[in-house]
Amino acid sequence: MAYDYAPFPYTAPPGLAAPEPRHPVAIVGAGPIGLAMAIDLAQHGIASVVLDDNNVVSVGSRAICWAKRTLEIFDRLGVADRMMQKGVTWKIGRQFHGRDEVFAFDLLPEDGHRFPAFINLQQYYVEEYLVDRARAFPDLIDLRFLNKVTAHEDHNDHARLTVETPDGPYTLEADYLIACDGAGSPTRTRMGLDFTGQTFQEQFLIADIEMADSPFGDHATPERWFWFDPPFHPGKSALLHMQPDNIYRIDLQLDVDADGRAEATEEKVLPRIRAIVGDKPFRLDWMSVYKFRCIKLDRFVHGRVIFVGDSAHVVSPFGARGGNGGIQDIDNLGWKLAAVLQGQAPAALIESYHEERSFGSAENILNSARATNFMTPKTPVEALFRAEVLRLAHDHPFARRLLNSGRLSQPCSLAGMALQTPPEDPAPMTPGRAVADAPLTGPEGDTWLVRVLPAGFVLLGVGAVALPAIDGLARVGIAQTGDHPCFDDPGGFARARYGDGWAYLIRPDGHVCAAFRAPTEAAVRRALSRTRGNDLPEATA
Amino acid sequence: MTTASHDNLSPHQDDFYDALMAAHTGLSETQSHALNARLVLLMANEIGDLAKLTALMRMARDYDDV
Repeated sequence: MAYDYAPFPYTAPPGLAAPEPRHPVAIVGAGPIGLAMAIDLAQHGIASVVLDDNNVVSVGSRAICWAKRTLEIFDRLGVADRMMQKGVTWKIGRQFHGRDEVFAFDLLPEDGHRFPAFINLQQYYVEEYLVDRARAFPDLIDLRFLNKVTAHEDHNDHARLTVETPDGPYTLEADYLIACDGAGSPTRTRMGLDFTGQTFQEQFLIADIEMADSPFGDHATPERWFWFDPPFHPGKSALLHMQPDNIYRIDLQLDVDADGRAEATEEKVLPRIRAIVGDKPFRLDWMSVYKFRCIKLDRFVHGRVIFVGDSAHVVSPFGARGGNGGIQDIDNLGWKLAAVLQGQAPAALIESYHEERSFGSAENILNSARATNFMTPKTPVEALFRAEVLRLAHDHPFARRLLNSGRLSQPCSLAGMALQTPPEDPAPMTPGRAVADAPLTGPEGDTWLVRVLPAGFVLLGVGAVALPAIDGLARVGIAQTGDHPCFDDPGGFARARYGDGWAYLIRPDGHVCAAFRAPTEAAVRRALSRTRGNDLPEATA
Repeated sequence: MTTASHDNLSPHQDDFYDALMAAHTGLSETQSHALNARLVLLMANEIGDLAKLTALMRMARDYDDV
């Protein structure tokens, strides 16, 4: 059954009648990134107004693959349970050459994690759940649909926005403007910021089909299947994913010189799908023809304007690094912006969002550009090497690992960056990494490490290590006792992942920022101060 | 079919492949073939062991070329 695109209600904003008090944050764009940004800020106690030119969720499935780290972040935002309930859980990717399977990879080969490697869930469901969740903060999140931002000015200590509504224009002011307005960001365009990078000439067709029988055939387990040169689409590549509601994502490489408009018609698409599914009945739910681009902004922070998600960086989709990268952006920015607005950190802390996430997006672009290069050889010699890698892959393990149909999104490590304190001894969990999950047992029964970390900074102790008490800093113990909340580690997963006798300072976004063998109050306070940006050079803007 | 038992490229296989493609960037097909020949000779010298090298040649030859 097709998704019911119910419009969100429009209400006339107060700014039409009288000037509004300055907002702490204006978020442009109510896609998954803008909505998640608003919820994260609300959970830190920061109010925002979210402005979107539209009044429905994403049309078409668009982003469908949500990675483990993203699910952990969505859990903190309060939507992961619904996503897990609806989504299709998977972790196996299979790669085929012609008819033969040549290599399968397991994206989460170890036990002891609350969330799976991936779920597939259409973007429209994610947006629906995020809108529902945002409405749980009526005093902190002001959702304004059919509010199109048409102009903005940076006034050094605030931004001023002009907004068009069905009832006419109005203006509003905000301490910070967060541009979550997507790959074609009008905010970025208005500022004339350079957004050029690598554009790939090949065109790809995305088609979502609904069918009762699975195109995966006998395999009951949902997986990611990728073909090089499949019998049903000779000489090109193809990708198959399962989504909820019996919807399947088919992604087909087209000719370089294909007519994109003609390709996105039922006349052209239906025979291509029949070549895959045979005579099984199906319904075409959505289709789109696109080219890949790999581009990022030089700077994500421009005075009072901050770029987040696709407005800051776009990648080719093989690797699920677009939506997942954007969610890591909001996770990184939320606590920093809140700390600055609440006077707990210098404005320079916002610059560290650029340092950390620009690095993360460069990593995503590198991986997705390489996958795209492998999929679409540009010269005869590239095609020759690709063909021989595929042949060798049938027999040789090393060649299987050279096959690149997308290296799937992994949490970005922020090791070595300014906010992290390098440990004196090499720590099992290097500062900069996102926390590793582990099954725990507590006073209320079985739980997970990612679920017991309270909001804000946390000092985590694993095994034989004493945690100093510091005002305003939560402590959590695993496999130890103390006057702070403590959990058992029945399977030994936490001790294996964090080491027995180590303490870690964990940021509000779940990244480790310091590791200690024997933490003193002074050492923890120094690390905390560093992570709050107090050692950073003064912001110049 | 003999199998190359070790995967010595992982986890840096993508860096290697990217560097190999970059080495060919801008070359004509003839120049690329010459580059490949030089590379094979240089790599053979690195491996050194004649038994290994002949085994590798057989392994590569063991595919039907159309």
